[in-house]
Amino acid sequence: MQKTPLNQIHRDLGARMVDFGGWDMPVQYAGVIEEHLAVRQAAGLFDVSHMGEVEVTGSNALAYIQLLTVNDAAKLVNGQVQYSAFCYPEGGIVDDVTLYRFSDTRFMFCVNAANTDKDFAWMQQVLADSSLPDVSLVNRSEEFAQIALQGPGSEKILACLTDMPLAQLAYYHFSEGEVGGLQMIVSRTGYTGEDGFELYLPAAAAVDIWQKLMNAGRPYGLQPIGLGARDTLRLEKGYALYGHELSREISPLEAGLAWITKLDKNDFVGKAALVSQKTNGVPRRRVGLNMLERGIPREGYPVFLGDNAVGVVTSGTMSPSLKRGIALALVAPEAAAVDTELEIVVRNRRIKAKVVRPPFIA
Amino acid sequence: MEFPEELKYTEEHEWVMVEEDLAVVGITDFAQDALGDVVFVELPEVGASVEAGKAFGVVESVKAVSDVYAPLTGTIEEINDDLIDAPEIINTSPYEDGWMVKIRMAAASDADALMDAEEYQALIAEES
Repeated sequence: MQKTPLNQIHRDLGARMVDFGGWDMPVQYAGVIEEHLAVRQAAGLFDVSHMGEVEVTGSNALAYIQLLTVNDAAKLVNGQVQYSAFCYPEGGIVDDVTLYRFSDTRFMFCVNAANTDKDFAWMQQVLADSSLPDVSLVNRSEEFAQIALQGPGSEKILACLTDMPLAQLAYYHFSEGEVGGLQMIVSRTGYTGEDGFELYLPAAAAVDIWQKLMNAGRPYGLQPIGLGARDTLRLEKGYALYGHELSREISPLEAGLAWITKLDKNDFVGKAALVSQKTNGVPRRRVGLNMLERGIPREGYPVFLGDNAVGVVTSGTMSPSLKRGIALALVAPEAAAVDTELEIVVRNRRIKAKVVRPPFIA
Repeated sequence: MEFPEELKYTEEHEWVMVEEDLAVVGITDFAQDALGDVVFVELPEVGASVEAGKAFGVVESVKAVSDVYAPLTGTIEEINDDLIDAPEIINTSPYEDGWMVKIRMAAASDADALMDAEEYQALIAEES
């Protein structure tokens, strides 16, 4: 099993560890609900060092990225981040990613941990097929640790450790500077729907920076947060997770990612299939479901509209903020309109739910 | 972690307190800790028949769904309604306020076959 540089820290904190896609990761420390509410109300610190980082450099870097991704990378300026995805030629999703632009010849992708090797191989294949000269791909995942500081108290906590002008760093932008005496990438991004930062730093410094952040954050109620709360936090905001809402069998148009899929840009891998899907009608839609009765929807539970099976839950949980069951589901178009009343089969019983447009909380 | 001496235990991590031919049933401190925050409890109807070793209810944490098994055969005499609106009681008081059901036992002597606290602690020492 792979370990992040912070593995011993998690064990010392008494975290419950799980195998997460081949990584030995903390699923909870104090408890999922307490951690979830800490991030919503104060701040939380996440070890996300398992995430992958791939650098793209060279004079044709942008042209290559335009071919590789569904979003329009030409819109990015230096210091900006973009949410995007890689697709297969058939239109299914290889992975969802964030793209960082350092300069017109230097970019970095942050990719899902368990997909890093698959993604890097895919990137190499797309590059080889493109015959674009002067593009270099480097998988730097092992060099980087990544720590996410999330929650309304994040800026105050980070300001204790840096002179960087954080107030001027806008959402989905990044800057390079010193935090705790160490040069790193500071990105105003995250997966919780709260204000916060993702820090990319040398793996060898991860323990030192983690401890400095925990010490600086203690007066602000900062807590370490495991993967359990990371999942409930993203689900309340309706964010897709690879392997659940996103996969090779699901297109970005089905997955609720039409907003990042720029069918009017020049050719990219998957474009023809996606244009055809849009023309012929997207066969399934990702929706949010609010439970109207007691019960917790879970991944794989069938969804019915009257007597007809219309889809399946892709992620579900008890929302710690709402204290009610919420789910993301992939359903037929006739079941996808907001306010449609559907039923989820929970242990042979049908529980009423209503279609909503995520996020589930403001 | 506590395992009261006066209780009986099962391999599925339920506890049983025998009061004449009634058995009060809940899940152990070990079970609630392993589950994490309990957010949903499903209990049988009063009067329902339960069979030793068969699932009679469900507890769900944020992340997981777990069946709860009847330690003994009998009929449901009473259920703990408080758990419906406050399932977290199972975390805070697994042996007292967090009791789940009372079973009127078909044969009170069945309880003799269950583990005592010492045997149960040996079992979980093996599992963890």
